[in-house]
Amino acid sequence: MALTGVEIFKLLPKTNCKKCGFPTCLAFAMKLAQRQASLDACPDVSEEAKQKLEVASAPPVRPITFGVGDKAVKMGEETVLFRHDKRFVNPCAFAIEIKDTFSEADINSKVEDVLDSEIDRVGQKLRIDAIALINDSNDISRFEVAAKIIATKAPGIPVIICTANPQAAEAAVKLFADKKPIIYGADSENLEAMANIAKTYKATIGVIASSAFGGSGGGLDEVSNLTEKVRALGIEDIVIDSGARKAKEILEHNTLIRRAAIKKNFKLLGYPIITFTQREDSLIEALIAVIGVAKYSSIIVLSSIAKWKNLVFFTLRQNIYTDPQVPMQVEQKIYKIGEPTPDSPLCITTNFSLTYFIVSGEIENSKVPSYLAVMDSEGLSVLTAWAAGKFTASKIAQFIKESGVENNIKHRELIIPGYVAILSGAIEDKLEGWKVTVGPREANGLPAFLKSRAS
Amino acid sequence: MAFVPTKETYSGKVYSVTVGAGPKALTFGGENILPFHTFEGTSLNKPVIAYEIQDISPDDWPEVVRKPYKDVSNNPVSWAKFCQDTLKARAIALRLMGTHPDRENRSAGDASNIVREVLSAIEIPLIILGSNNAEKDATVLIAAAEAAKDRNCIIGKAQEANYKTIAAAAMANNHKLIAMSELDINLSKQLNILITQMGFDKERIITDPMCSALGYGLEYTYSVMERIRLAALTQNDVTMQQPMLGDVGIFVWKVKETQASETDVPQWGSLEERAVAWEAVTAMALLIAGAELLIMRHPKAIEAVEKVIEELI
Repeated sequence: MALTGVEIFKLLPKTNCKKCGFPTCLAFAMKLAQRQASLDACPDVSEEAKQKLEVASAPPVRPITFGVGDKAVKMGEETVLFRHDKRFVNPCAFAIEIKDTFSEADINSKVEDVLDSEIDRVGQKLRIDAIALINDSNDISRFEVAAKIIATKAPGIPVIICTANPQAAEAAVKLFADKKPIIYGADSENLEAMANIAKTYKATIGVIASSAFGGSGGGLDEVSNLTEKVRALGIEDIVIDSGARKAKEILEHNTLIRRAAIKKNFKLLGYPIITFTQREDSLIEALIAVIGVAKYSSIIVLSSIAKWKNLVFFTLRQNIYTDPQVPMQVEQKIYKIGEPTPDSPLCITTNFSLTYFIVSGEIENSKVPSYLAVMDSEGLSVLTAWAAGKFTASKIAQFIKESGVENNIKHRELIIPGYVAILSGAIEDKLEGWKVTVGPREANGLPAFLKSRAS
Repeated sequence: MAFVPTKETYSGKVYSVTVGAGPKALTFGGENILPFHTFEGTSLNKPVIAYEIQDISPDDWPEVVRKPYKDVSNNPVSWAKFCQDTLKARAIALRLMGTHPDRENRSAGDASNIVREVLSAIEIPLIILGSNNAEKDATVLIAAAEAAKDRNCIIGKAQEANYKTIAAAAMANNHKLIAMSELDINLSKQLNILITQMGFDKERIITDPMCSALGYGLEYTYSVMERIRLAALTQNDVTMQQPMLGDVGIFVWKVKETQASETDVPQWGSLEERAVAWEAVTAMALLIAGAELLIMRHPKAIEAVEKVIEELI
C-alpha cells in the first residue's frame, strides 16, 4: 500500500531547506503522497530513505509497455478494484492466437485480419492489439517460419511468443529484437533458460503456473514463486498466468491477484494478467472474454476474430475503461439519422454521450429520417448544460449558423428539447428567419412527436 | 514469500426471492458474496433469465430477434408455450406493450384477460410488465395483478410517479414488485424506502436501477449495480439488499448495432452474430456487476449466457 504523507515525512531530512520548491518537508511529503512531486527534487534525502520510498511509491500493478512505436500497448498501473472508485487505467489488449501448425496461407490471412481490424467508435480508433504466436507444433523451425511471416507482414504489431521450449523461444524472439515482445511460457521447469533469453532480448516474460491446470487454488502460490525467482534473476517486466481457463477460475484468480496487489501491496502478484479465453464456440469465447475485460485481465487471447466480435469487444472495453469522473462526449456536429432529405426535421441536443445515444436511438425508433445537431456542452446533459450556461440561445444560434446545416435543409425550423422551452424566443431573436419548435421533454416522447409531424 | 489469498467476509446479504408456485417455482438472490465469488462464501441460487414476450405481435422488434418467434408470436399464449416447452425457459416476462397510448392503447381489462390466458397456459413463473407509460401502467398493472392473484408473479415496474398504486396492487394480490429508478444509486434507495414505508415487505422488492445496452451507457448501469451490491454486502444497508434486475432485451434490441445490415455497415460484420452477441455480452456484464434476474429476447443469446453461468457457479 502506498505510504501516507506523514509516513513519507518521517523518511525525509526534516530540514525545511526549501530546495525542493516547497516551504516545508511536510508539504513536500504531502505532495509526494499525492504523486504530484518527485523525490528527485530533494537533494539531501538518504539512500536508504530513497529506496524505501521508491518501493512504496511504485504503483501496485507494475506498468509495462508491450511492443514499440505507435502500436505499443501500455499495461498495468491499476490502483482500484472497482471502476467507480477512481477509474481503470490501461485498457486490456486483445490478442489473436496464431498457431505455427496453420498453413502459410492461414497465417497470412489471420495477420491480414489483425491489420484490417481498426474501427472508429465515438472518436476512438480501436483495433486488435497483438498476436499470440503459439508453438503448437513443438517444432523449432516451424515456429521460426511462422514468426518470420508475422515479423515481415506485420512489423508494428506487438507479439507474444508462446512456447515452453527455450530454444524455440530464442529462435522466434530474435525476429522481434528491440520490439519489446512477450516471451510467454516460463514455468518451474524452464524458468532460468527463459529468463535469460528474455533478459538478452529485453523482452517481457510471461510466467504460467502449471499446477492450476485441471484444478484451482494452487495456481496463485506457484505464480508468486515464479515471479519471485524471475525477479531474483534481475527481470522486472513480467506478465502472469495462473493457469485459469474456466470462467469460475478466471474470475476467482483475477480477483485474488488484483486484491493482493492493491489491498496488500503484494509485489509478487503486482503484474498484468494474461488470460486465455479460446473456445470452439465464438459466442461463448466472447462471454468468457467479458469476464476478463470486467475483471482485471490486461491481455485477452482469442482464438478467432471477426468484425462483429471485434466491435463487441472494443465497445465493452471502452465502456468499462471510461473514466467515470469525466463524462463521455461525442463530437459536435450535425448527425444524419436514417437518410434525411432537405425537408427532414432538425433537432438539437447536447454532446453528453448518454444524451446523444438516447436521443439518437429514439429518433431512429421513430423511423422518421432526421438531422440531429449535437452541440458541444462539455459533456453535460441538457438541463445541466443549460443551468451551467453552456446551452444558451446565443451559443445555439452560433452553432447552427456555423454548422453549415443551412446548406442541407430547405426549411428553417429547429426542434429544441422541452426542458429548455424557455430558450425558444431568444433563439428566434438570434437566428434570423428561423422558427423554433419545442419538442418533448424526455427523449422517449420523440417517436410519437416526430411521427405525428410526419403524418 | 508464500501467497495468502485475501478473503473478504461481508456483513450483509442479498434477500432471496421466490417467484411462481408449484414445482416450477424459482428462487434467486440470497448470496452473501459479490457476484460469483463462491471462493469466499455461498451462493445458493443461480441467476434467472426470463424470456420476454409481449401481448401484441412484435412488429417493433428487429428482424433478427423476430425470426425465432415468427410462427408463435402473433398470440401471447402460443408464444409463452413455445418458450416454456420448446426453448425450456425457466421464466417468462410478459410485456403489455399493447396498452401504451401510442400503440394499440388496449384497456386494462384486455390486458388482464391476456394475463389470465398466459397464466393458464404455463407452469413457470411469470413477470408482468407494463408498457412504461407511468400513468397507464398504474391502471393496467392493478388489473393485471388481480388477474394473477396468488400466482406469485413479479409485477413491474413501479416508478417514482406511480409506485403507490402498483405497490398496493402487488401487495393485495401477493406478488413481488420491481422498483425502477433511473441510473442513480440514491434514487434507487429512496424508492425502496418509499415503497417499504407503505407497508410493503422489503424482501419482496426487486431493484431495477435501469438497464442500458452495450455501447449506450452500459458503464452507468454496471457501476450503479456494483455500488448497490457493495452497499448491501459491505455496509449491510438493508434498504439496498434486494436482488437486481437487468431488463436487457428491450434496451439492446433498439440500438443500431442490432439492426444495421452488413451491407450498410460492412466494418461491423455479420448482423445476426453481432446482434445476438450484443444482447449476450450486455447480459454477461450485468451478471458480473450483480444482476440476479435478466429479461432477454434472443434464444441463442440466452442459451450462451446460461452456459457461462453454469461455468461460473
